[in-house]
Amino acid sequence: MAEIHLKSLAHSYSSNPKSEADYAIREMNHVWEQGGAYALLGPSGCGKSTLLNIISGLLSPSNGQVLFDGVEMNNIPPEKRNIAQVFQFPVVYDSMTVFDNLAFPLRNMKIPEAKVLSRVNEIAHVLELTELLNKKASNLTADEKQKISMGRGLVRSDVSAILFDEPLTVIDPHLKWKLRRKLKQIHEQFNITMVYVTHDQLEASTFADKIAVMYGGQIVQFGTPRELFERPNHAFVGYFIGSPGMNLIEVKLESQGVKFNNTHVDLSDELNQLLAKMGSTNIKIGIRPEFIHVWDKPNEGAFSCELVHVEDLGTYKILTLTLDGQQIKVRLDEDRLVPKGNVFVSFPEQWLKVYVDEFLIEAQEAEGEGKDKNTQQKPVNKEHTL
Amino acid sequence: MNKVRDNKAWFLVLPVFILVAFSAIVPIMTVVNYSVQDIFDQNTAYFVGAEWYKEMLRNTHLRESLVRQFTFSFSVLAIEVPLGILVALMMPTKGRMASVALILVAIPLLIPWNVVGTIWQIFSRADIGLFGYTLNSIGIDYNYTSDTTAAWFTVLLMDVWHWTPLIALLCYSGLRAIPEAFYQAARIDRASKWAVFRHIQLPRLKSVLVIGVLLRFMDSFMIYTEPFVLTGGGPGNSTTFLSQALTKMAIGQFDLGPAAAFSLIYYLIVLLVCYVFFSAIKQLGKAK
Repeated sequence: MAEIHLKSLAHSYSSNPKSEADYAIREMNHVWEQGGAYALLGPSGCGKSTLLNIISGLLSPSNGQVLFDGVEMNNIPPEKRNIAQVFQFPVVYDSMTVFDNLAFPLRNMKIPEAKVLSRVNEIAHVLELTELLNKKASNLTADEKQKISMGRGLVRSDVSAILFDEPLTVIDPHLKWKLRRKLKQIHEQFNITMVYVTHDQLEASTFADKIAVMYGGQIVQFGTPRELFERPNHAFVGYFIGSPGMNLIEVKLESQGVKFNNTHVDLSDELNQLLAKMGSTNIKIGIRPEFIHVWDKPNEGAFSCELVHVEDLGTYKILTLTLDGQQIKVRLDEDRLVPKGNVFVSFPEQWLKVYVDEFLIEAQEAEGEGKDKNTQQKPVNKEHTL
Repeated sequence: MNKVRDNKAWFLVLPVFILVAFSAIVPIMTVVNYSVQDIFDQNTAYFVGAEWYKEMLRNTHLRESLVRQFTFSFSVLAIEVPLGILVALMMPTKGRMASVALILVAIPLLIPWNVVGTIWQIFSRADIGLFGYTLNSIGIDYNYTSDTTAAWFTVLLMDVWHWTPLIALLCYSGLRAIPEAFYQAARIDRASKWAVFRHIQLPRLKSVLVIGVLLRFMDSFMIYTEPFVLTGGGPGNSTTFLSQALTKMAIGQFDLGPAAAFSLIYYLIVLLVCYVFFSAIKQLGKAK
């Protein structure tokens, strides 16, 4: 059992890093608690696999510490850490049977054969591999092989964390769902910390209790799927999570709010003061397509947009609009009629987020208020939004 | 089902047929033709049927060469295959040293065969050769021109030097094709070095080793140039292998009929052994 603590951890593949750009992992502090199911979500090349390999010990970090339950692990090789890792492409020992594959880690640890037998049978039962035990591992399908690689981690009774590196990449779509459910089941049964690397937000949010979103070598937000959706901490999270992602518009500061082109957007006084104090020119406003309010009729305070395109996805429609030269996407429930000609939209204040230098800023009081409002809001249906 | 009869298809096979005819069938049939005749000169030849075959199978001189040949080929395989795998495992995989090692290992393969023979002939001489002289000066009585054991030792050593690199290079490429994740998974599974070799590397070298063993068997079974240059088949007949015995008979003594019969038997033996090898290895793969 282990709590994994990454303490001022940073990693660079270059031996002599000069600028921040040389770092695959920028300095970070992070704690994966014992028994949690976590996802590490991010685009290709953001450093998620690097981070995973540092945790398992395949890579040694250039700075900082990896602590398991408070014990430094930096110089402990992977075979001495109580960790299992499942790779993108299934690794099985071709020349062995499924049974021998599962028994392999135990036999390497010189565990008595009687115990190996009972342990392997137990795990095979959980993974539904019992019927395959006497088959050669080389002739199995990708999902069966992936289950074996997972099983090799589970048979070791000392394993306290399993790391998954995009384990479902090569699995057929209809089996992905089954395997994901199996993972979840195993997590509940064994109380093992699981960290699951993926670039698929659906995979992340169905598997994990909490998701860490990585971008440019940093964890930009760590939270529940709902938090990531409703309160993206970083412009990238807004853009990356959700389908389609958050509408992000570059704006300039002016009195009483911000503007882009000739359109003025009101902001609260607190936010205005904050923005004025920060003095940055990199300001964006963001709002999720789900939260943009569409009026049936022209309305004072609503923006008038041109309708460019309608995508009907069955349970909902996605409208592409142009608002003063800026393209925005709006999600409309299926029972709503698509307005003809111009569309009138407004941005509800609690869903309008402001990003300065890519990070979310919120007025102190407004934040508390916003949270209250969030909880009153009817729950956002995850299946639809993601 | 109605079979469509279209004889034009045969024309499409014709180019291959002609090519194979000239490269294999015609030469072999010529030899078959020789093997059933007693030839005195260009105009005098008598049909003798299977006579030469019977005689060749009874010929003790050839039988001894055959035994020597098998001994040589199997010794060569027994040394070169494990050694080649070992060399491949030890070769560096990254950086400049990798290319340097590759070039060094490949050098023996680039040397013409008669030159290989000459190199070892001089290298092993007891009077002026570095190798032979060194052995003698540290008290080992070594002279490959008079001592059978020394001659065999030198011939084997030369072949190992010449051809182990082939196995090593094949295995090296096979090893490079193993994805990094296998080694990483093995580390996490706490596999020992031996277990990694036994369960990851060796199974994945199987296909290149099949090719390597077949190539080495065929080549060593037909070896001619190097021992011819090095020992000339001696001392006595102790290092006379099949091809050399055959050449002596066909060119030295001009016994075309017996030599033809013998070369066909030789050919069939190579074919048979390769077939046995191949099916054995295939069976091994199926059993898994």
